[in-house]
Amino acid sequence: MLEAAIDTVGLRKEFARNVAVADLSLRVGRGEVFGFLGPNGAGKTTSLKLMLGLVEPTAGGGTVLGAPLGERDIRARIGFLPEHFRFHDCLTAAELLDLHGRLLGVRAPALKLRRNALLARVGLEEAADRTLKTYSKGMLQRVGLAQALLGNPDLVFLDEPTSGLDPLGRVLVREIIEELRAGGATVFLNSHLLGEVEATCDRVAFVKHGRVVHELLLAEMQSGLDVEIRVADADTALLNGLSEFGSDARLDGGLVRLRVAHERSLPAIARWLASRGTDLYELKCRKKTLEEWFIEVMGEDQGPG
Amino acid sequence: MRGTLTIARLTWLEARRRKIALAAVVCGLVFLAVFATAAFFAHRSVAQGVVDLVGQRIMFQMLLQVGLYVVNFLVVACAVLLSVDTLSGEISSGVIQTLASKPIDRAAIVLGKCFTHWLMTGAYLMLMALGVMLSVWAAAGIFPPHVPIALLFMWLGATVMLAVTMLGGTRLTTIANGIVAFALYGIAFIGGWVEHIATVLRNDAVRHVGTTISLVSPADAMYRRAVHELQPSGALDVQLTPFTPLSVPSGAMIVWTLAFVLVTLLLAIRTFRHRAL
Ligand SMILES: Nc1ncnc2c1ncn2[C@@H]1O[C@H](COP(=O)(O)OP(=O)(O)O)[C@@H](O)[C@H]1O
Ligand SMILES: [Mg+2]
Repeated sequence: MLEAAIDTVGLRKEFARNVAVADLSLRVGRGEVFGFLGPNGAGKTTSLKLMLGLVEPTAGGGTVLGAPLGERDIRARIGFLPEHFRFHDCLTAAELLDLHGRLLGVRAPALKLRRNALLARVGLEEAADRTLKTYSKGMLQRVGLAQALLGNPDLVFLDEPTSGLDPLGRVLVREIIEELRAGGATVFLNSHLLGEVEATCDRVAFVKHGRVVHELLLAEMQSGLDVEIRVADADTALLNGLSEFGSDARLDGGLVRLRVAHERSLPAIARWLASRGTDLYELKCRKKTLEEWFIEVMGEDQGPG
Repeated sequence: MRGTLTIARLTWLEARRRKIALAAVVCGLVFLAVFATAAFFAHRSVAQGVVDLVGQRIMFQMLLQVGLYVVNFLVVACAVLLSVDTLSGEISSGVIQTLASKPIDRAAIVLGKCFTHWLMTGAYLMLMALGVMLSVWAAAGIFPPHVPIALLFMWLGATVMLAVTMLGGTRLTTIANGIVAFALYGIAFIGGWVEHIATVLRNDAVRHVGTTISLVSPADAMYRRAVHELQPSGALDVQLTPFTPLSVPSGAMIVWTLAFVLVTLLLAIRTFRHRAL
């Protein structure tokens, strides 16, 4: 991670009686697609609003694209799709994009080209001159996406971009994220849809009660395996030996658990155990899905934060 | 500046699309039609010689004042209703989020909306007040003096309500904001009457109470000043109707009102800048 697109330290936001974001320290690199995962009420939306300057922090601070939180001019390089896709519904899609283009400071001839290209990209050419009042939720999401991309942003915040949408809407979001990644933009994706995150993100953070409880590099998750070993007598020497093959080796009841990077380690472990004369009763391995990670990290209590 | 103008344009487009401008104009024209009919019948009874010449002047002067009284109320209501939901509604629906995350100052959102509403209020005032005056002129040939300055005072009064409602919208919900705005106007109205009564009673203590109320809420004082400007010079000492102000707000009150509007708008900007959206 060379340069940070987002870098926050100890961000906190309290509303009258509740703490929406407790302590958010987060670094997202330029060009990264970052997933922000958590149950409803965990503080995802509020975190994102803090980074966009829509909400002022109670404590803490940080930078986006190198500028302090809340700075005005940097917002020209930031795109944002809010959670519920609510826009001025007496405007047509074309008018809405023109409005937002002007607010971004895009000049008229360039704006028209960009607007039409984006309307085509999200499949709204036909409906471009209908008022948003007549749009379905899926169409509003599309116009919202076009709006978020209007300024050719370097950083895009998407807040639950596919919640309550049909598969086509989800595919579109996935494609657009891929295009943004290819163009070198940073994407910050709020979601509680694990499949979507697994398919698109490079890295995720799990939030609970307004705190990041775990960060995970998805590339690592995909190659890493959880190994479970049952042997006659597990001791510290055995654990130390097994640590050579992977990470996080620990005793769990009568079982030894560890994490290895690759399947190749399994026969090596079996050979090593045999060579030191340990009786091996069971050697299991499996990939942990993001969902399992989620459940493990969030714990039993899945209630809103 | 660019942001302010863009928001002002958006506000105007919305007012047209939501048929707000149309509703205001249609209802205004209906009111004027009723008023002009009344003026016409009043003129006919004059032509039949029911009242003498002095009686005629008093009658039409009265008709003019009652008409402007209603116009003022409608214009104030227009200023309040235009602004009451514009911030709080967009905050609660979330529409404001994509605006406020653009590279513009939040002040541009407040000022852009204000500007359009201010112009619309002014245009509505012109239409209605001139409509009333022209009706009376057509019926009786009476046209009041100092019309431009009087209209400016009425506009300033409506601007007070506009600014107050914008400020309310940065913090309160739509309904709460409407209740507060009309209550404040009610207070202004009472202030005017207390000053009126004080003049009749020639009681300075009562007058101070009235003036204090007008300072807190100067909208109605500007209307009273406007009506004062519209009095023909001979009629200054005569109390024509209960709508004729006896106590005329001073120049200091006008300066106070301008400052009131300015400070209210600055407060609205300040509050809105720090508001969680
Ligand atoms: N404007 C607000 N006023 C009061 N409480 C709020 C406000 N916005 C969010 N909250 C509270 O903060 C917590 C986190 O909300 P949010 O950030 O929307 O979570 P998420 O997006 O993860 O569902 C919730 O308990 C919510 O009720
Ligand atoms: Mg949310």
